[in-house]
Amino acid sequence: MTTYYTEDHEWISVEGELATVGISTYAAEQLGDVVFVEVPEVGTSFGKGDDMAVVESVKAASDVYAPVTGDIVESNSALEDTPESVNEDPEGEGWFVKIALKDPAELSKLMDAAAYKAFCANQ
Amino acid sequence: MHLWGVAMEQTIGEELRKTPLHALHLDLGARLVSFAGYHMPVQFAGVKEEHLWTRAHAGLFDVSHMGPCFISLTGRKLSGQEAHLAISAEVERLVPSSISSLAPGRARLTVLLDEGGGILDDLIITRPAEPELQGTLYIVVNGAVKHQDWALFAQGLSSDVSIQRADDRALIALQGPQAAAVLEGILPDCAALRFMQCQRLAWQGQVVWCSRCGYTGEDGFELLVPQDLAIPFAEALLADDRVRPVGLGARDSLRLEAGLCLYGQDLDTSRTPVEADLSWVIQRARRDRGDFPGADRILQQIATEPELKRVGIQPLDRAPARQGTEIQLSGRRIGMVTSGGFSPSLERPIAMGYIESDFAEPGTEISLLVRGRLREARVCALPFLQPNYHR
Repeated sequence: MTTYYTEDHEWISVEGELATVGISTYAAEQLGDVVFVEVPEVGTSFGKGDDMAVVESVKAASDVYAPVTGDIVESNSALEDTPESVNEDPEGEGWFVKIALKDPAELSKLMDAAAYKAFCANQ
Repeated sequence: MHLWGVAMEQTIGEELRKTPLHALHLDLGARLVSFAGYHMPVQFAGVKEEHLWTRAHAGLFDVSHMGPCFISLTGRKLSGQEAHLAISAEVERLVPSSISSLAPGRARLTVLLDEGGGILDDLIITRPAEPELQGTLYIVVNGAVKHQDWALFAQGLSSDVSIQRADDRALIALQGPQAAAVLEGILPDCAALRFMQCQRLAWQGQVVWCSRCGYTGEDGFELLVPQDLAIPFAEALLADDRVRPVGLGARDSLRLEAGLCLYGQDLDTSRTPVEADLSWVIQRARRDRGDFPGADRILQQIATEPELKRVGIQPLDRAPARQGTEIQLSGRRIGMVTSGGFSPSLERPIAMGYIESDFAEPGTEISLLVRGRLREARVCALPFLQPNYHR
């Protein structure tokens, strides 16, 4: 299992052709208290960079983008009742969706954990 | 996801102004954003935490971006009540509230109106308590429109009325159930003030304008402090364990729970005070005289009913409905959310907006179109939380 990161602060953890996606610990900290999450329905297809989900803090709503092209095979509907898990465990319990990858080659354009850490340090 | 507006702004323009408390915000680890032309703290410890702290203890807010000013008669040899009546007559040309009937040391919310009765700004006008200051009014307008307000004063008031800006000073709000107990420690005389009263008090030999008012629904004070005393004054308050700094994020969620309007969102020139449910700012004497801008339209709306009205909105699920969300009934658009978010005190979303008057009754079931999906909601009374003013 390998985890990649986007410049828009999504993480994507890949096992074969199945990827789990969420927002990074850095993004969750920046957002503050998450009060609402809207995840897409199973079966929806997204292109890389499409608006895929919404995460809301007290202050504002932010779009979460699809880090890769693919179809939603599972959504974390538990986030509807416990949006706070995005703050408590953003890269674990707070996952958003599972995506069946359409084009695994897209992964090569993403950052690994070390590169992402350096990227955030420059934000 | 997008973090701008959330994360620290990348480009801090040279043209952004800094308040007298700017260095203190940096020391306190504030996250700063551009707001109303200023570099302002949006949060310190976190919006929710700051919000709940203010409701339980006391929050310190830097609102120096706002537009405090004084308008005074300069040419006329008047004093006391006569002077007050003369300056009131000047200002009453621009606002529909009775300023002449304000007692010394009292403040009143009012609105600046355009010729069509549209709201140019909402503002607090105070008649000073001090006999030597009769003929002067202390006015605080909104930061985002202060320059156009002052231009309007310059244009609309007689040539012997002077306008003295005071936005070089710090305007500090201390809000919350423990605000009075804290402030008494450094300004003992503040205890005598009640809600919407104002007095000039001395701190370290200089004048602090102390008004018992605010924008949170809590008891509290707004203090106009000379620039060089701003940081020591704020530090004296923050030295008390009951006080924590609060940013603009929590200021917005606090005022929304209190049902208070934000100019530019809930109020603008397309709304009249009647539509905004602010008819109460127009006292009987002014209605009888009908001598304010837009009086024909406003009095007509009071007599009949405006097409649209500002109401509270209670979403019935967990999705916040933000500014701009369409309100529907049976597939027809009947209004729009002007402020909406999450209430940390109630732990659910809340909103306010304008809706066709036929549907403005509390309890009316409506739908909110949130990102293409209709969600159930109900019209409700404002405020969402009962205020805790010291009347």
